[in-house]
Amino acid sequence: MTGIRKKDVSRRSVLKTTTVLAAGAALGGAGTLLDHATAFAAESPFKPEKGASLRMLRWNRFVETEDIQFDKSIAAFQKATGIKVRLDKEFIDDIQPKAAVAANVGAGPDIIWGPMAIPHLIPDKLLDVTDVADYLGGKYGGWYDAPAAYGIRDGNWMALPLCVSGNYINYRVKAVQDAGFEKFPDTTAGLMELSKKLKANGLPGGMALGRATGDGNAWCHWLVWSHGGKLVDKDGNVTINSAETQAALEYIRELYEYWIPGTASWNDSNNNKIFLSGELGYTNNGISIYAAAVRQGMDIAKDIDHAFYPIGPIGKPTELQLPFMIEAFKYTKYPNACKLLMSYLMEANQYDAWLEASVGYFTQTLKAYEANTVWTEDPKRRVFKEASTRTLDMGYAGSLGYAAAGALADFVVVDMVSQAATGQTSPKEAMETAQRRAERYYRV
Amino acid sequence: MATQVERTGSATVSPMGLWSRLKYDRNWLGFWFMVPAGAFLILFLTYPLGLGIWLSVTDTRIGRDGVYIGLENFEWLNKDPVFWLSVFNTFLYTTVASVIKFGLGLYLAILLNNQMPFKAMIRAVVLLPFIVPTVLSAIAFWWIYDTQFSIISWSLIELGLITENINFLGDPNNARASVIAANIWRGIPFVAITLLAGLQTIPQSLYEAATIDGASRWQMFRFVTFPMLTPIIAVVMTFSVLFTFTDFQLIYAMTRGGPVNATHLMATLSYQRAIMGGNLGEGAAISTAMIPFLLAAILFSWFGLQRRKWQQGESDD
Repeated sequence: MTGIRKKDVSRRSVLKTTTVLAAGAALGGAGTLLDHATAFAAESPFKPEKGASLRMLRWNRFVETEDIQFDKSIAAFQKATGIKVRLDKEFIDDIQPKAAVAANVGAGPDIIWGPMAIPHLIPDKLLDVTDVADYLGGKYGGWYDAPAAYGIRDGNWMALPLCVSGNYINYRVKAVQDAGFEKFPDTTAGLMELSKKLKANGLPGGMALGRATGDGNAWCHWLVWSHGGKLVDKDGNVTINSAETQAALEYIRELYEYWIPGTASWNDSNNNKIFLSGELGYTNNGISIYAAAVRQGMDIAKDIDHAFYPIGPIGKPTELQLPFMIEAFKYTKYPNACKLLMSYLMEANQYDAWLEASVGYFTQTLKAYEANTVWTEDPKRRVFKEASTRTLDMGYAGSLGYAAAGALADFVVVDMVSQAATGQTSPKEAMETAQRRAERYYRV
Repeated sequence: MATQVERTGSATVSPMGLWSRLKYDRNWLGFWFMVPAGAFLILFLTYPLGLGIWLSVTDTRIGRDGVYIGLENFEWLNKDPVFWLSVFNTFLYTTVASVIKFGLGLYLAILLNNQMPFKAMIRAVVLLPFIVPTVLSAIAFWWIYDTQFSIISWSLIELGLITENINFLGDPNNARASVIAANIWRGIPFVAITLLAGLQTIPQSLYEAATIDGASRWQMFRFVTFPMLTPIIAVVMTFSVLFTFTDFQLIYAMTRGGPVNATHLMATLSYQRAIMGGNLGEGAAISTAMIPFLLAAILFSWFGLQRRKWQQGESDD
């Protein structure tokens, strides 16, 4: 009897102790974040307006840990500065329409964190944040050029690239080895060989050819650029109808033969599902497939690795990576509070922890953060570290602006590749259609 | 002084000042009662419609006011094969879906009009597809049509009828058929339940009279049920056509207009160009281009309803 009671008591006391410890740790954790935030607020060159409160709209998480860390940072910011922040989260595809409406009516969230196309669609409506960009760039080793381009217009910053979402080849290690390749091929010719073998071995590859805003645009642009084709030249003349594009389309027409059926209907999530079900040899995606496999303790995680997009005939990387931009509107009543929050999110104390929590899904846009441990603790994340340096921007080879954003949103390149790949039209016709559609956006 | 007195005098003598006339005159009173409804219509219907039409003749982009450019947007659309493809798709979608919805809806209504056990419950169940939020049912259909995980493909393969998954949403014609099927599934309850309500208003005495005259069941349907149902059919089908013509959610959730615009309807293309692409003027032009077709559908039913003979089921002379 006494023995049992003793045991009982001791278990209870242990429980109590652990609870207290846990609570202490939690408080301590929050405390440090809060301390940093308080110190930051005191030192920051951006002095918020009295009684400021902000509304921020961000896209809904794809990686849970990132989201939790983001919320913590915002909570610490509110405590340290006394600025109330209402954080709304919505599905990624809804952010751009919301931003458009907010810009048009002159009311809505003060700050938006969302897809790359927004700043150049509504440049006149955004708060100038050149001072924030200069401050952060000076402190953290400077910005990478490609993501920065999405935020700069006529030499002034209208938005900051908070991060880049790297999009790379996801493949099954064993399947690639079984096909006779030591590692994933780094040329387009090698990719063709591999695809042929994978199909023969019953685990074909496939990439999205449907309305996949992220995945579809990423790989279709890579394909065209890797063969030297481009939507526009540097003066903004539409040049998609070219021998180079034709070569790219003929290449994909053959490659498509070796792919899993149905890619023409894929949107951004199809390849995730199919890859995780074990039926896909390779695809292109962010790190989210691997992250999901690791989180759920799936066996497949061990067999997944990532690779750069193969280099095409032009002999250099031609990736299209997707930056996520953070911007504030001119109509905000508290421009300085906006700047304070934007700079706060990118300061080392917040950014390092957040990048770590995003497990490779996001890549830094400020060079100093290359040193983050997220890139060293799991070698399968290493390719994503380069996302900010290996990418061209969506307006390549012309400038970013309305036209580039419009053509991307209208799937001009994806549709062209899809038409040619599926054999719905000849490559020639697909190029001519794309040429006409692009000219509409790039007309003077 | 005198004039003043005269003036005040005349004012008090007058039986109705302007204010009281506005307050008590029957005609004015009628006007006042209509004001809230009128304001509502102007604010929420006329104004957005007018604005849409205005935008369609400007080059407005998101975040930038446009200038008047006449019919340029329409001229461009006229040369745009994607636009014409969306017009074709919209008509195909509307025609096929509406005809099948009408046929199956009427059939279902007649079935449900019979005496049967659990009548109320069955009728409630029939309404389900209509009650489920469209986006949810669209996502369910998206899974049903999945290229790898489709339950239809899986069942047919298990049954040994096919060997490969059906490419539901990846092939242009399959994709069209798939979205039309989803629309039919969703639209039937509306047609069926409304027609059922119509069926129940047909006096039983007419059927009794027909029975005495020795009419067969088909003749009863052809000469009693159908004519009596015509007015409600006109209303139901007008609405059904309008809903189908302007459908957006099903397409947007399932295909986004893909593969390669094969399922783009005018509504989804308008959204893609205006909101996602930032080209408000062109997007507005696409939705403005829908107006004549919608008007035609409304006028058809309006004049149909005005016709006494049609209402009474006689042929026009």
